[in-house]
Amino acid sequence: MSTAALQTVQLAPGQAAWQRFRRHKLALAGAVTIVILVLGSAFGPYLLPFDDTFIDIMKRFAPPLSGAHILGTDELGRDVLARLMMGGRVSLSIGIVAMTIAMAVGILVGAFAGFYGGVIGAVLMRFVDAVLCFPAIFLLLALAALTEPGLMTTTLLIAATAWMSVARVVEAQVRSLREREFAIAAVAFGSSNLRIMFRELVPNAMAPIVVAATLNVAKAILLESYVSYLGFGIQPPAASWGNMLNNAQIYMTSAPWLAIAPGIAITLAVTSFNFLGDGLRDALDPRMNIP
Amino acid sequence: MARYVANRLMQAIMLLVIVSALGFAILHLAPGGPLSQFAASAQMTQEDLDRVTRQLGLDRPLPIQYLDWFGRMVRGDWGRSYRDGEAVLSVIGSHLGATLELMATATLIAVLLGCWIGVLGAVRRYSLFDSLATVGAMIALSIPTFWFGLVTIYLFSVKLGWLPSGNRHTIGDGSFLDLLHHLIAPAVVLALVETAIWGRFMRSSMLEVINQDYIRTARAKGMPEWRILTVHALRNALLPMITVAGLQFPTLLGGALVTETVFTWPGMGRLFLDSIGYRDYPVVMGILMFSAMMVLIGSLLADILYAVVDPRIRVG
Repeated sequence: MSTAALQTVQLAPGQAAWQRFRRHKLALAGAVTIVILVLGSAFGPYLLPFDDTFIDIMKRFAPPLSGAHILGTDELGRDVLARLMMGGRVSLSIGIVAMTIAMAVGILVGAFAGFYGGVIGAVLMRFVDAVLCFPAIFLLLALAALTEPGLMTTTLLIAATAWMSVARVVEAQVRSLREREFAIAAVAFGSSNLRIMFRELVPNAMAPIVVAATLNVAKAILLESYVSYLGFGIQPPAASWGNMLNNAQIYMTSAPWLAIAPGIAITLAVTSFNFLGDGLRDALDPRMNIP
Repeated sequence: MARYVANRLMQAIMLLVIVSALGFAILHLAPGGPLSQFAASAQMTQEDLDRVTRQLGLDRPLPIQYLDWFGRMVRGDWGRSYRDGEAVLSVIGSHLGATLELMATATLIAVLLGCWIGVLGAVRRYSLFDSLATVGAMIALSIPTFWFGLVTIYLFSVKLGWLPSGNRHTIGDGSFLDLLHHLIAPAVVLALVETAIWGRFMRSSMLEVINQDYIRTARAKGMPEWRILTVHALRNALLPMITVAGLQFPTLLGGALVTETVFTWPGMGRLFLDSIGYRDYPVVMGILMFSAMMVLIGSLLADILYAVVDPRIRVG
């Protein structure tokens, strides 16, 4: 027997994670889908001969695959594919930007609450508990209806209703990491509290943070579609996947394709981010195998 | 036990006070203000507006307004709707039934279906069924509820004509069967996400149980497999689901809001949206408070119930 067969290959943590991730077929498929959706939304509009807001009353309700309009036209004769791509820009950006803001706030609050504990921690976490008592959609709609709707407000409001769950994850991680040797060593070295928090503790909690970030993009895209569908988010003539469905219900009988395309786009994007998050969870931390 | 309950109750009440202050602050600090609806009317002069502001006490400092509102709320006076002057609690009360009906039916569907999927997935782990259920659950969690509702309406109301496309009753028909007929589609739509979540948690809970010693003992005694699963495993696997039910409550309530909109179901969610449109602050605030209260009571009940049925949970 050759000795080579008995040798175990030592992989760097990053390599091991990549190997575990690669085995997760659906996560890979999710990642590929996300890349396609992003590229399609970013460059697709340049390839189309139609502008997403160009109104052509003579060509209203053209069904898909009839003539030049691949996905048909809507109630104002606008090209559905062009609107889908421009809507993708809006919906995907909201998802990613809202996630980034929510992560920043959540990490900040969670790290402070977990590190200092005591009164500060209790006050911050009770605040988080209190906000989590409101069903996210109720809070989001109340806020969205009272403020001037738009890209900026919608993004900020979604972030405002999404950071709490991140704060909870980070708080729990930081609270337990704080007691570990490397953290105590950092204290002994005389590192400042801020340095310990953000150079020692938070980087060590990166695995669950990255997973939470991915799942939060999915949540943000879904929330955008809810708010815009109900008319309190992105306002026409600008397109988003959510507001394209806003009018679709009225034309359900005569032009069902108006509802199909945006719905599939949302489902595809959200499913992809969810699978990606699931795969990352398996890859980055085999121990936290939550169903 | 009594001490545990009292303790949890105190925590919940404290949280509720924070929740109320937060809700009040959010609504009243948002631009626009409670009177913007009136101000938009051409017949309102500035004088009228000032008078209404004074009459409603909106010229006082915010903390005073809050304390006043909170004091009344505790005594059961939640204010009056700006729209029709009806008491907020009775407005909520008249819409609550429809929402609870929808939520209860959806939960029933989700629990039955979710438990079945979860148990089967755990027993036949890594089988084709299990893989399909896992992927299916992930997709179910990713479909926008309102879009699933639209597709359901298109398929079963427009194309097949089997189910009504909305509302709670056919006009002039108040029978139970008619209600049931109208309830099917929205309840199934609302149940989709819940089923996925129940299935996932049930699977992992069941997996934990069926690998334990007492199950092996039961097998060794020669007990039939169905009896092991139903009598021994399922009973214990269901315990943690009490917590899941409590945690799921906010999602269920939010889903109900969206479902009610799509199916024009006359419940609290639709009331909330209508009230937002009218800037009916007292009703919006009332529903926010009421839903937060329901969420808090839900999680409180779940915690207490769990401690009651599972003696392993140490209380104190």
